[in-house]
Amino acid sequence: MRIATKSNVSNEFRQVVDHDRCIRCKRCVMGCGFNALEFTDRVVPGPEPCVACHFCTTHCPQGCIEIERNPHARREHDVWSVAQQKRILRQAETGGVLLSAMGNDRPWGVLWDNLLLDACQVTNPSIDPLREPMELRTYLGRKPERVEVEYGPDGKRRLKTKLAPQLEIRTPIIFAGMSLGSISLNAQKSLAMAAKQVGALWNTGEGGLHADLRDYADCAIVQCASGRFGVHERYLKDSAAVEIKIGQGAKPGIGGHLPGRKVSADIAGTRMIPAGSDALSPAPHHDIYSIEDLRQLIYALKEATEYQKPVGVKIAAVHNVAAIASGIVRAGADYVYLDGFRGGTGAAPTVVRDHIGIPVEIALAVVDERLRREGIRHEASIICAGGIRCSADVAKAIALGADAVAIGTAALIAFGCHVCQQCHTGNCSWGITSQRPELARRLDPGVRSEMAANLLRAWTEELKEILGALGVNAVESLRGSRDRLRGINLTREMLDPLGVKHVGE
Amino acid sequence: MSSDWTKEISGCGLAGLISRSGAKICGEVPIRAIANLRERGNGLGGGFAGYGIYPAYSSHYALHVMYYRDAAIDQTEDFLRGRFAIEKRETIPTRPTEGISDPPRLRRYFALPHRTTGDPSGDPDAVMSAVMHVNEDIDGAYVFSSGRNMGAFKAVGFAEDVGRFYRLDEYEGYTWTAHGRFPTNTEAWWGGAHPFCLLDYSVVHNGEISSYGINRRYLEQYGYKCTLQTDTEVMVYLLDLLIRRHGLTIETACEALAPRFWKTIDRPDLDPDEREVLTALRITYASAMVNGPFAILFAHSRGLVGFNDRIKLRPMVAAEKGDMLYIASEEAAIRVMCDSPDRVWTPQAGHPVVGWLDESVVN
Repeated sequence: MRIATKSNVSNEFRQVVDHDRCIRCKRCVMGCGFNALEFTDRVVPGPEPCVACHFCTTHCPQGCIEIERNPHARREHDVWSVAQQKRILRQAETGGVLLSAMGNDRPWGVLWDNLLLDACQVTNPSIDPLREPMELRTYLGRKPERVEVEYGPDGKRRLKTKLAPQLEIRTPIIFAGMSLGSISLNAQKSLAMAAKQVGALWNTGEGGLHADLRDYADCAIVQCASGRFGVHERYLKDSAAVEIKIGQGAKPGIGGHLPGRKVSADIAGTRMIPAGSDALSPAPHHDIYSIEDLRQLIYALKEATEYQKPVGVKIAAVHNVAAIASGIVRAGADYVYLDGFRGGTGAAPTVVRDHIGIPVEIALAVVDERLRREGIRHEASIICAGGIRCSADVAKAIALGADAVAIGTAALIAFGCHVCQQCHTGNCSWGITSQRPELARRLDPGVRSEMAANLLRAWTEELKEILGALGVNAVESLRGSRDRLRGINLTREMLDPLGVKHVGE
Repeated sequence: MSSDWTKEISGCGLAGLISRSGAKICGEVPIRAIANLRERGNGLGGGFAGYGIYPAYSSHYALHVMYYRDAAIDQTEDFLRGRFAIEKRETIPTRPTEGISDPPRLRRYFALPHRTTGDPSGDPDAVMSAVMHVNEDIDGAYVFSSGRNMGAFKAVGFAEDVGRFYRLDEYEGYTWTAHGRFPTNTEAWWGGAHPFCLLDYSVVHNGEISSYGINRRYLEQYGYKCTLQTDTEVMVYLLDLLIRRHGLTIETACEALAPRFWKTIDRPDLDPDEREVLTALRITYASAMVNGPFAILFAHSRGLVGFNDRIKLRPMVAAEKGDMLYIASEEAAIRVMCDSPDRVWTPQAGHPVVGWLDESVVN
């Protein structure tokens, strides 16, 4: 039972307005998606708490509004932290599951920050990427173990080996799955436009492909998730690849729930469900209760796409991920998408987001090693995702064995996201995760796609610098080359599964 | 998981020659050539490979083994007797030479693997697995040469001293390679000198393989164990895997190891069939691509290949005269072997120079 209509949990942030400089334009009030500001005779805090999304401060023409942490001091306690107290109080008020959005924000540590890259000095030369070719082109998909070539009577050679379908990307970075519903159509369009522009891929998530984005289907990975939303023949056949989504790093073992109030006519049409109905993705696929069931779905999708599209499987990084990934590859997947426990989400129970799963760094390392030991590494590519923040993370992931990485949160930050973690409220002032038309239309795909494309370009250039320093001129020479990594401040128990030495070794 | 990624880093000088008509050349010739590249070495390793040098045992595998522990000798010979019929066992002849000290015990065995199936096509795999076993599992024993009618000779010292130590002036072969080494970060030991061999393949190498980590992990999937603490070893194993086990031609294998740049593969004037082959090679053998600076001489019973990295970060010159093909780090080494070559050229980066023994001479 809900005790109070207005929570007694104290606000985390407060807005401070310099009323002397304010020109009363009310842009901040109109801009706030969270109803956290209102205008009486001047701008004052509104009925709802500020979430520090900074839309108001960014757009104030006078620069006269600031957000600060609520100084409402409490006595310090290491066990009963303010955050813990607030969670308890909120649950006492509502009796419900607490929701969060975006990735795990707990201080578990980021292992990328405990890995350092190598460089060449003297004995092998570093390579200047501005003068020499530096190749990042990547192919995702099943590779043959060997190439067979036949020679015609004219002495010309021809390929005898039949290659499985491959996804060609210009740089080993793609966009992560974010459904229409979890993000706005404009946000999704921005990703699609950026992907097309730079030769990357975007991913529909599990919400289907909106009619307006059909022109971007050829660079889209389309998901087939437990709710089967928006899955139809053209959806599969027009795509770049099909992805079976088993799990998500932010909420392993948990399904999805897009509340009916967010299911607009647009979303309903795309998901092929009635407008206003709750869109429920079950926790498991109700036709997959075992690895052999997964194999059936993989081959059903290959049949449906006439073996022209790679079919991948996305899983959350959980404790036994290596054995699971091995099974997935043996079941016929062309790639395995590993989503670590820092992966983002539009909405997830806080307890799940913050406490379930393992770091993708470890998952990636043990999966790559396991597939190699079983001699099946070539049968599938590995995509690594879940908290990839910068080009250094990309390079380290590739050195641990990833074929490519996928980025979600980083792309949203490129759109203006301030990581306020309120996606689940549907009030995103930036129009990224909101379906409210007045908010969603703020996001201009023309401008934002350029920013997302720029991000990929910038990381690509940085990757070239890293490869050059490493003295290799193609990304495949870094892939899985763990001797180019060293651990710092890591225990043996961490170094061993990562397969890297400590600095100084 | 193995974390033994120690590898040797080195600069070096190379010289090699082949008589395509199969004429026998005295081992003194490569000694003089590599002596002229003395500046490229530092006295911490030298070696040679000669082909056609054991005509009396041409169908036997010649196993050259160095022993750093006496106990390893019995252990190895017991093991070898279990796997091979040993036709002849002897100490490798050497002469005391200034500059060569503390040699390990050096023995060679001319042997044929026991056949369980009677099918000689299984021999190479049986030999390879025996070599891998000795090198990996017998402490203090290293098989450093295992081909037929060929042999590798290597030691710590300047290359020309190594050649004289092994009395190479008493051997004759149709193909020779030579190597003078400049290691920079590993303690010098005899096993670490070049060439590196497996079966009848031998490689001498100038450079450092910057992709060593992934090349090694790739090879481990196919049962190759990198035990000699050097990146050159992976080159031998890669060639063995691609040529002998995957059946690629030498030229195609070289294209897999030092692939064309995408901009070349993408060129609209490239034949579409050819593009398909080059693309498939690149994406299939991505982990086999050898990156970083290298120039290698790869010799085998049927010929000699000189081969550079994709952007030619190490020198390599080639020359021809009549049926002779010469390849070396510097022209100076070639001029010692042949004072008036018909043609001298600098091979293009990533494009192998291949000298084949005439078909009529093979076998």
